[in-house]
Amino acid sequence: MSLYRDEGVVLRSLRLGEADRIVTMVTEGHGKVRAVAKGVRRTTSKFGGRLEPLSHVALQCWSGRELDTVTQVEVLDGFRAVREDLVRVAKAFTLLEVVDQLAQERHPNPRLYETLVGALRSLDHADAPLLVAAFCLKVLALEGSAPIVDRCASCGSVSELIAFDLVEGGVLCRSCRRGRPVSAGALDVVRLVLGGGLASVLAEPAGPSTEEVTDLATEAMEVHLERRLRSLRSSPTG
Amino acid sequence: MYVGPLRSLVDELGRLPGIGPKSAQRIAFHLLKVESEDALRLVDAIVAVKERVTSCTICFNVAEGELCEFCSDPRRDGSLLCVVEDPRDIVAVERTREFRGRYHVLGGALNPIEGLGPDQLRVRELLDRLSDGEVTEVILCTNPNLEGEATAMYLARLLVPLGVRVTRIASGLPVGGDLEYADELTLGRALEGRREVDA
Repeated sequence: MSLYRDEGVVLRSLRLGEADRIVTMVTEGHGKVRAVAKGVRRTTSKFGGRLEPLSHVALQCWSGRELDTVTQVEVLDGFRAVREDLVRVAKAFTLLEVVDQLAQERHPNPRLYETLVGALRSLDHADAPLLVAAFCLKVLALEGSAPIVDRCASCGSVSELIAFDLVEGGVLCRSCRRGRPVSAGALDVVRLVLGGGLASVLAEPAGPSTEEVTDLATEAMEVHLERRLRSLRSSPTG
Repeated sequence: MYVGPLRSLVDELGRLPGIGPKSAQRIAFHLLKVESEDALRLVDAIVAVKERVTSCTICFNVAEGELCEFCSDPRRDGSLLCVVEDPRDIVAVERTREFRGRYHVLGGALNPIEGLGPDQLRVRELLDRLSDGEVTEVILCTNPNLEGEATAMYLARLLVPLGVRVTRIASGLPVGGDLEYADELTLGRALEGRREVDA
């Protein structure tokens, strides 16, 4: 048993017993951590609302064999603007679900962690229409599974890239086409995200390719995770 | 380890929430020791709950018969409707003795990560209850956590256009709490919702 300090984002929590919760967090230095927060459901708990999902916290934990125990928490950012907007909360749920699926217990992945914190900060600052799509693409790139978008994933041709197939792992030219059709506008957005133009993509207002890129990116993420993203299917914003 | 009825009793008790194998064994031996009538009273209580307690057809609170005690009580104010997640929340609100209206139990809160969307909650039934115009105020009394707040925002979106007054329970510091230990979100809301003090 030892005490450690870290920073993390609370992904979700489960009720445990009378007044406790098991809190699942992604941390900078310890990867995904599941820790018991004792008495957190009591109104007079010293943790209060600090361990709510979405909170970016600095914490101190006892490490246990399976579950750790939270001993102290301080909020670094509560992302209040996100919490108070249904559309943004729905997006945040998707980010949290993706990270919950990808992060591995006690296996630090600082870049995944930083990407999540960056995305939540951005969402707190403004509701960028392409945020979820950009997040999924960036995380796929971190995982080494970014879709191929600069040439045909099958034959390598660079002209007439008109289709997108998740099994092939990227765009396809006219002669190899399979999967779904994809517009040039949507491909430009994906290239920008993967090529370092994230800020300009996030600053873009909702346009004709917003939905197309979001569907493409979230489906690519679902293929990578080999499971459906529940938060997309049962989103309160439809 | 045990055989026959004692074993099945230990097994059944062990299925209850919060009761592990050791506790199950302890309770089973306790029941073995007590007078028959004490044990049978417990049996009768369990049977009665399973046979008689149902869900209220209007508000989905636990009820004995078709309607719960609040829906069938003519003295309750039908113009006020308090929306809660769970029947246990009604008990908590009732303990305050501050509320004289009626209730609506949603059966949970939105939790997209667990796959709980609006279709899994009793939202349509809530909208049906508002159609006759008797209700003038809906109090959103879901838990002040991420899921409960999302549910309240979602309901507000549906209800406000209907012209009914929609309110959300306040959040702030617990009585007996300590400012030093208050978290930023709670204290922030407490400041936001501060009240003028009458001299």
